[in-house]
Amino acid sequence: MDIAILGFRFYKGLNIKSLCENASSIFSLNVSFTNGVLDVGLAYDSIRGQYNSTLLLNLLKQSKIKSYASKIIGLTDLDLFVPILTYVFGEAELNGQAAVVSSHRLHNEFYGLPKDDSLLQNRILKEIMHELGHTLGLIHCSDNKCVMHSSTYVEDIDLKDNSLCESCKKLI
Amino acid sequence: MENINFGILIVDDEKIVRESLQKWFKEDGYTVDVAESAAEALKKLQIKSYDLAFVDIKMPGMDGLELQRRLKEIDKSLTVVIITAFASVESAVQALKEGAYDYVTKPIAPDELSHLVSNVVNQKKILQENIQLRQKIDERTQYDEIIGESQQIKKVFELITSVAKTDTTVLIRGESGTGKELVARVIHANSSRKYFPIIPVNCGALNDNLLESELFGHEKGAFTGAQYRRKGKFEMADGGTIFFDEIGNVSNQLQVDLLRVLETRQFIRLGSEQLINVDVRVICATNRDLELAVRERKFREDLYYRLNVFTIFLPPLRERRTDIPLLVQHFIQKFSRIMNKPIAQIDPDAMDVLVRYDWPGNIRELANAIERAMVVGKPPAIKKEDLPFQISVSNGIKPSSDSLEEIERLHILKVLNQCNWNISKAAGVLDIDRATLYNKISRYKLR
Repeated sequence: MDIAILGFRFYKGLNIKSLCENASSIFSLNVSFTNGVLDVGLAYDSIRGQYNSTLLLNLLKQSKIKSYASKIIGLTDLDLFVPILTYVFGEAELNGQAAVVSSHRLHNEFYGLPKDDSLLQNRILKEIMHELGHTLGLIHCSDNKCVMHSSTYVEDIDLKDNSLCESCKKLI
Repeated sequence: MENINFGILIVDDEKIVRESLQKWFKEDGYTVDVAESAAEALKKLQIKSYDLAFVDIKMPGMDGLELQRRLKEIDKSLTVVIITAFASVESAVQALKEGAYDYVTKPIAPDELSHLVSNVVNQKKILQENIQLRQKIDERTQYDEIIGESQQIKKVFELITSVAKTDTTVLIRGESGTGKELVARVIHANSSRKYFPIIPVNCGALNDNLLESELFGHEKGAFTGAQYRRKGKFEMADGGTIFFDEIGNVSNQLQVDLLRVLETRQFIRLGSEQLINVDVRVICATNRDLELAVRERKFREDLYYRLNVFTIFLPPLRERRTDIPLLVQHFIQKFSRIMNKPIAQIDPDAMDVLVRYDWPGNIRELANAIERAMVVGKPPAIKKEDLPFQISVSNGIKPSSDSLEEIERLHILKVLNQCNWNISKAAGVLDIDRATLYNKISRYKLR
């Protein structure tokens, strides 16, 4: 199964090669990265100053990458929301084809803390894996070390490992 | 409760809200349905039950407040959370007054939503456990733990039945091992206080100071070592029953304190000045002659009258020998289950020994004897040899005949047991020489 990470308006300080290698080894899948352009203006909500992640998912599914990748993970530094929630770290189609991850609220600086790109890289990796897990049909896991554990705070992300627990592994 | 078994209904006329909430909750593994109007929500609730409903307060047609009332009419246990825009917080407050669990303002912070739902899930879990525990308590309110069909035990059943539903103080009297605490528990389990605790207090096991602190509790620093505030047994039993075992052993000072609490149902924790009210039923037990203790001024007369309102006398086992086979069978089944050992019967001669023994330790001694026999015995039945030696050969056994030989046989056996089979010592007690004793042991096949 081929997984394509499509970077659009993403944070340039990332080590993309390492990100793909880590994601590949953890899921034993072929993960590649493509630098892309999406017409994100369609998903912008001027009142909230944020981007609607559900609309971004639709844009991702319409992109050309669809022709060769089984799953598309959009990676961006834009601040995402779904209409009922104030923000999301990412969104995925459960058992579907596309997911999107935002690094906007994963930066230490967002919380007034010193910049830490290594920590950011790790957080992004976990969020990519988490959303990818949803596209593979996994739901949230009660094991707080499992990458499929629900995270509503950035600290929750730091607490979990960048791997699946044994029960989740059995499900994919 | 698995998340898949937790049903959420989302009622909102905005498709985007329904869809995004549904998606969010599905990722948590909940079972989620949506309804775009109050009418559709009511239809869905008629055919399926839900644990939690998110209801938008402003909808065309029936609004969220009215829908909440209607939903609660169909299912009282349904938890309703109101979804509101900032401008309609007043209506949300009204909804809370009418029984909504909480309200959320659009857009909702993910952590707030997550906490809210997990709190509802936990509350439902506790509620479910509570229902299951109450069912278990209801199952235990039968009298099946008190075994027997004798007239004496039937009388005890009658007394328990007549007093259980009242709040009357009960004094249970009987020899050690007759099952006084069991009777207290059965009374409690059949009372209206059964969902509250029964707190036993062994008055004989604690000294005065300890007992006072045990009963009334203490504040932090009330005495050396009192590092924390601690609730006493009276507070723990609030709403339920407090059971004083061996009440006859309470000191004079504590008798005064007890009398005061029993009269006022009020007390003060050690180191505190604040009066605490409690609602407890009192059941006491004793194997002492309380009337004699009153005459000897060892037990306060006023406390005696306060406790001696309704008395249940438990007969010693030797006075209801006809119940022994039933009790034996009960204990065999019980220990067979606990030990996972397939012994279900007892040989008739072993049963004969048990029925004829006097059981000074009453049912407790019988239970111990059966337990021991179950440990040493081999399936399928307990044999006479499996019984504790002092029972199978003790002087509690009546001679099988009045012949001089039988009386002599039993007497020699008794002395041998008393002397731990020290032949010289036993011969000395019997005032015969060792050779004669050896001859008699051989003749009566005592070994």
